[in-house]
Amino acid sequence: MNIAIASGKGGTGKTTIAINLALSLKNTVYLDCDVEEPDGHLFLQPIMEQSQTASRLLPEINYKKCTYCGHCTEICQYHAFTMLPGQVLLFAEMCHSCGACTYYCPEGAISEKKRPMGMVRSGYVAPEGTGFVEGRLNIGEMMAAPLIRQVKAWADPQKINILDAPPGTACSMVEVVRDADFCLLITQPTPFGLHDLKLAVNVLRILQIWFAVAENKAMDQNELISQYCHSEGIPILQKIPYERRLAEIYSQEKAAVRVFPDLKKKFSMLYRKIELQLQTESPLIVDSVNLSGQLNDMAAKTVDEQMPSRDRQRTSNDG
Amino acid sequence: MTDKNSLFRQIGVVSGKGGTGKTTLVAALAALAGKLVVADADVDAADLHILLKPSVERSYPYVGGKKAFIDLLHCTQCGICEKHCRFKAIRDFHVDLLACEGCGFCVQLCPENCIDFKEVVAGFYHEGIFPGGELVDAALQPGEGNSGKLVSQVKKRAEELLTTNKRAWLIVDGPPGIGCPVNASLSGADLVLIVTEPTVSGLHDPERLVQLIHRFDIPAGVIINKADLNSRICSQIISYSENEGIPVLGRIPFDEQVITTLLQKKIITDFPDSPATMEIVKIYDNIINFFETKAVH
Repeated sequence: MNIAIASGKGGTGKTTIAINLALSLKNTVYLDCDVEEPDGHLFLQPIMEQSQTASRLLPEINYKKCTYCGHCTEICQYHAFTMLPGQVLLFAEMCHSCGACTYYCPEGAISEKKRPMGMVRSGYVAPEGTGFVEGRLNIGEMMAAPLIRQVKAWADPQKINILDAPPGTACSMVEVVRDADFCLLITQPTPFGLHDLKLAVNVLRILQIWFAVAENKAMDQNELISQYCHSEGIPILQKIPYERRLAEIYSQEKAAVRVFPDLKKKFSMLYRKIELQLQTESPLIVDSVNLSGQLNDMAAKTVDEQMPSRDRQRTSNDG
Repeated sequence: MTDKNSLFRQIGVVSGKGGTGKTTLVAALAALAGKLVVADADVDAADLHILLKPSVERSYPYVGGKKAFIDLLHCTQCGICEKHCRFKAIRDFHVDLLACEGCGFCVQLCPENCIDFKEVVAGFYHEGIFPGGELVDAALQPGEGNSGKLVSQVKKRAEELLTTNKRAWLIVDGPPGIGCPVNASLSGADLVLIVTEPTVSGLHDPERLVQLIHRFDIPAGVIINKADLNSRICSQIISYSENEGIPVLGRIPFDEQVITTLLQKKIITDFPDSPATMEIVKIYDNIINFFETKAVH
């Protein structure tokens, strides 16, 4: 089973919850899918067993065959090729590795070569025996999604895979949660936390993924998140109160459940609640059909029909 | 990268790790500076408008690229498109628009010519007025890619506003990470502020960011937020920054007032006596100093 831990806003506690959940359960694999800034290893100190270069395919031009016809520049939607006299320039960072240029080159002059984009490391965490996988994007590499796909390939179908997602709601977050069985959204009770939670909820509803919320740094008498979740019918599976001892442990690169073993029970309970969510018959995703319909409608319209008033945008986001 | 002829100064605020206080700091600096343009480059989770509360003047659609649409009436279900799609975006003769990266390979391949390739609105960007100047921010459709391109459009619009309104400053509130939207946020900056916090991730995340900034060859400064939470890591961050030749421009103390202010959707500078505000005022002076000494050279 794949459980993604995600959040719209950064710094809400994704990694903290992901590592503690992974350490509290048996038969788990922790997969750090925040390939731009992978941090899980700092807390887990895993023993690495394998380390491999992750690559993606990039076109390479055979100048013995190239007739400078320029067809590749027309085929490429990303403008990755530029024709110069006697040379075809490739801007590697623009290329999405779709393979169209290679397929369509009339002279068969383009072949695809692997180019490193990052590392995938794997190992285990002692003494718990939790599996560990991490993706690490090379600096200057623009696209995280292809590397995330390779990290996800390490998920063990026999085990509980905990996927630590990058912040945001853009393509790399979607890549992590897209085929997860469940997504736990971490948020915190501030206006930023609420705003970004709504954006993340939107994504999961479009993707039709089961999800629930865990509220981190919860404060007494702060109903910001509870009110929203209640009105949307989203369960809050866990409230973690702000505690200085937890913040201190975090800052010292330790996993909380190792320092306070009593917390393990809480995280096992959290997992039980996720299991129960998955057993309920009707998905808790309200209105998902409607929303995905909206997206398709939106795509079907042309650009001119799409001028919104900001108020409409904002009311749907802010409430 | 830097346009030497530009009459304004562009500051990029980034962090590597999310949630370190970029937006809170940007709002405070904007309130102190005034007469500026602010661009919110965290396009998939734009939050600055919550604090700056701009009146919205104009909205623009953002066309990220094209996407494929299969005309099921003419589709013979040959499956060639599905076979060649590297993004696994086609399943059962239906295009998953969130997975489609708009390469157009299937459009070319379809023997029946029944795949349409249409421009899709991937988000919107807005310009608005707040008491200190103008804000340009964006709302990316959930799950969309190409956010770097949207960041560039947001910044382009911000630069136009700088010229028309004769503003002297552009502050860009960047997204977390080191990927394409971060690259787009950094390009053209005269100074980069790295906001971090004294935690293990706060110590390590800027390392990758700093390597990226060195590639851009932009002067940078570090700001340590909640600096008194862990003095050991705080001094590690300071010595790391000094080794990299990046000055520490400020150490904002942990201040309960910041949270209270945020819950009221206000800016911390509304409370001039709070410890955080006093340090942010120093940071602001340090930034002014930085540009003045640079102007001398």
